[in-house]
Amino acid sequence: MTNQTDKQWAIETQDLDIYYSDFRAVKNVSLKIEPKRITSIIGPSGCGKSTVLRSFNRMNDFIPGSRVTGGIFFQGQNIYDPRIDPVQVRQRIGMVFQKPNPFPKSIYENVAWGARINNYKENLNDLVEECLVKSALWGEVKDLLQRPALSLSGGQQQRLCIARALAVKPEIILMDEPCSALDPIATLKIEDLMRELSAQYTIIIVTHNMQQAGRASDFTAYFTMDEDRAGSMIEYGVTSQVFTNPTHKSTEDYISGRFG
Amino acid sequence: MHKSISIEKDSSDSLGTAQQKLFRNNKRWSETIIKAVLTMAGIVSIFTTIGIVFELGKESFLFFSLPEVTLKDFLTGTVWQPVIGKFGVLPLVTSTMITSLFAMLVAIPLGLGAAIFLSEYAADKTRKVLKPILEILAGIPTVVYGYFALTFMTPLLRGIFGQENVEIYNMLSAGLVMGIMILPLISSMSEDALHAVPRSLRDAALGLGATKFETSIQVVFPAALSGIISAVILGISRAVGETMIVAIAAGSGPNFTFNPLKAAETMTGYIARISGGDLSYDTPDYNSIFAIGLLLFLVTLVLNMISRHISRKYREVYE
Amino acid sequence: MKNPLNLVSTTTYGRDLNLEQRQKKATIWKALFRLSTLVGVVALAILIISIVNQAFGLVAIEDTNDRNGFISTSIKEVSKTELIQLIETNLSTNRVRTLDREEPLVERSRHDLMALVETEVFKQRIVDSYSLFGSIFTPNTFRDQVAKKHPEAIVEFKSWFTPQFLQESMSKTPELAGIRTALLGSLYLILITISVAFPLGVSAAIYLEEYARQNTWLSRVIQTNIDNLAGVPSIIYGILGLTIFVRAFEPITSGRLFGYEGANGRTILAAGLTMALLILPILITNAQEAIRAVPNSLRQASYGLGATQWQTIWYHVLPYALPGILTGTILAISRALGETAPLIIVGAATYITKDPSGLFSNFTAIPIQIYNWTTRPQQEFRSIAAVAILVLMFMLLSMNAVAILWRNKIQNKR
Repeated sequence: MTNQTDKQWAIETQDLDIYYSDFRAVKNVSLKIEPKRITSIIGPSGCGKSTVLRSFNRMNDFIPGSRVTGGIFFQGQNIYDPRIDPVQVRQRIGMVFQKPNPFPKSIYENVAWGARINNYKENLNDLVEECLVKSALWGEVKDLLQRPALSLSGGQQQRLCIARALAVKPEIILMDEPCSALDPIATLKIEDLMRELSAQYTIIIVTHNMQQAGRASDFTAYFTMDEDRAGSMIEYGVTSQVFTNPTHKSTEDYISGRFG
Repeated sequence: MHKSISIEKDSSDSLGTAQQKLFRNNKRWSETIIKAVLTMAGIVSIFTTIGIVFELGKESFLFFSLPEVTLKDFLTGTVWQPVIGKFGVLPLVTSTMITSLFAMLVAIPLGLGAAIFLSEYAADKTRKVLKPILEILAGIPTVVYGYFALTFMTPLLRGIFGQENVEIYNMLSAGLVMGIMILPLISSMSEDALHAVPRSLRDAALGLGATKFETSIQVVFPAALSGIISAVILGISRAVGETMIVAIAAGSGPNFTFNPLKAAETMTGYIARISGGDLSYDTPDYNSIFAIGLLLFLVTLVLNMISRHISRKYREVYE
Repeated sequence: MKNPLNLVSTTTYGRDLNLEQRQKKATIWKALFRLSTLVGVVALAILIISIVNQAFGLVAIEDTNDRNGFISTSIKEVSKTELIQLIETNLSTNRVRTLDREEPLVERSRHDLMALVETEVFKQRIVDSYSLFGSIFTPNTFRDQVAKKHPEAIVEFKSWFTPQFLQESMSKTPELAGIRTALLGSLYLILITISVAFPLGVSAAIYLEEYARQNTWLSRVIQTNIDNLAGVPSIIYGILGLTIFVRAFEPITSGRLFGYEGANGRTILAAGLTMALLILPILITNAQEAIRAVPNSLRQASYGLGATQWQTIWYHVLPYALPGILTGTILAISRALGETAPLIIVGAATYITKDPSGLFSNFTAIPIQIYNWTTRPQQEFRSIAAVAILVLMFMLLSMNAVAILWRNKIQNKR
């Protein structure tokens, strides 16, 4: 267990292995995420980046046969402790997905729903406005709140999904390649948004886009795949360091585009 | 879906005349004949519909041309006794509605519950066992259900509510068993609708810290609603058109009552009884079958069309 | 969950997520959903059990003609010659001749002769019967009941499901009744239905899938039409069959056109044609699916060699789709086997002892028999209805099992 007087990491993993039945998908990840910063996870396809991300909010629980050894600590508590309800974990640690997936409901309802089921007692209208403002969407939709969410453009939908995640007041926001389905302009908007949000929330983003990782994140973790097809983290550090002066050759190759 | 392609041998190709003769062999001519034959086969189905509409219409017209019968009395009269010239269809209609109502009271909650369980909760192994069982339930002939209603359900009801209160033939017994028969239909169509909702929606809801129940009911279910409603309407249509269960267990003889514990003949039961007996053509009894059949046909047709329309037009666009 | 641990948190709202109550609610509803599914399973089980319950059980047997008037010892001690004598003296000459023609009395087994004497001379009849579970758990209730009402009767266990059931024809006495006529009727019916519906249905499916792809007005009308017809209640098909095949086509269906002296159009032919119309939509839809499943690359290969459309269909598409079409047909047949309502309207006879002899005979079918026997008041008729149901279900289950297993085999191979 971590020493409580130490600085609290937003998330800390210790020798994390993730298995799908007997297959070890991720091995030996020990990583400390700085709170209220943007951390990006990069690496070639298939080396477990999304798997690691989804283990942070226990979304992997829904895949039959998945299990975790080692620990994942959220503010010092192991979120895989059997006494903890994963539903609670997911309220604290939110997620934005690769393809925008708003509910087929109105824009208002998309944002309000999460708060509603989580027993939010105060004014929903204010909450919805606050979240849409924080996700830089309010100006575009403030008169259209009852319109179906699916009538928005791709970039708008993704910002709506961010607003939706904010509405349940998480402390950490996980983003699984949030811009891969968006055009470059929408992508930049989201990156600006991430920067603003990181003042209040810890952001962990998995991305395929190296340039994005380079320009948008504070810390970067580089993953790669071994011969046993298990992903592991090779390098982790301040982004500028990892990009200009990587310790491993594999990292350098990936960053300079020699593969991946 | 592919487009049909017909290959025609161009007669001005560069093959020698002998070889041209070899390949031409009247292909086009026989092709046309075959196509005509097959088209006729397709058209047979149209003749069936025309036949149904025409025959029902013609005989109903004869029925309504009878001096004793007026359309108004037919639709609003509460007594059906041809012997004394009373042709009010309401007793048959109310009986059909009551039996169908009880059928849906059973089939909808249980069918939807089963659909949600199989689609959202059940493990693969469980689903592989339970689905075939429900399919068997769907394949049981209705006459067997009728037997079941008369020999099991009715004595059960009489035991529960008392023999003085429940007649040997009654609408409740038939309705409940009809519900069991329709349950698999609603369950399987609803499950398909639920299953079609993309995983990403569930992930989104769960990611917000919702329980599986909240996700299933507040996100997945509404997203699949059009398919589910379409299934329910189809179930109602099935209940209205069902014959054997009500013919065996609901009673013979029209009876205008709202008490489900009493015997009352349904529209389908009436048609079965009259045509199963001695039937002389062109009597009021004979013609009445068609009038009631026409009513039945129209009701089920409208229900089926609404069901299909809903499922097609309001199919949720998720992406 | 026991002793839930709460996550520490630095944000405010989130303190009370009402999680415990929500989880409780979630658990209750999950149980309700599971229960709903099980109701279906339980209903099926109860259905089967109640049928089996009726098909076996204790019965009370009594001689209508007290056997003591004929023999002085137990029938087991009566010699063969005496048995034959009893038969010849007490039955009409016609009857004896019929029996002898079926199999000469002298050549029959002792067991056979005893059965004959008991049934026809003593006129042994079942006067009361009991359910299977009653017979197992509370047999004495039955025995007491019998002792009161039929003091002379013997109580023994009977399986209503006997080989004789399949061999005998209808009778007014339940224990003598059999399903032979109905079985043959159903089989004849299916034969006619298939010979009409299969070619027609497959042709229509080929038309819709191979020729009509231009989405013309005609093909759309036909397709919608078929969808609508699939949902029409079966009783309407019966009415259609009545007016068209039984009445309008009477010269054909009664056979008079062909020189038979048919009385009316309520024949197997009319019924078969009606059922053909009934299953046509299902058959067409299934065949369409099978044809749709044929990979386009197969067609392209054929066309690429210069084959015509029909040649492609006949030599490549149909053979590939045939297993799927056949399984769909089997499923359509099993639907037709269980249909009752159209047959009633078209005039299936409810009491008929002659086996169907051709296209133009009056007929009955298994579901009609079940219907008829179920609606009789006597308990014993319920029992043979139950047996008939078992026979029908067996036929249906085997057909469906064959179809489904075959379909799986094809799917796995491909």
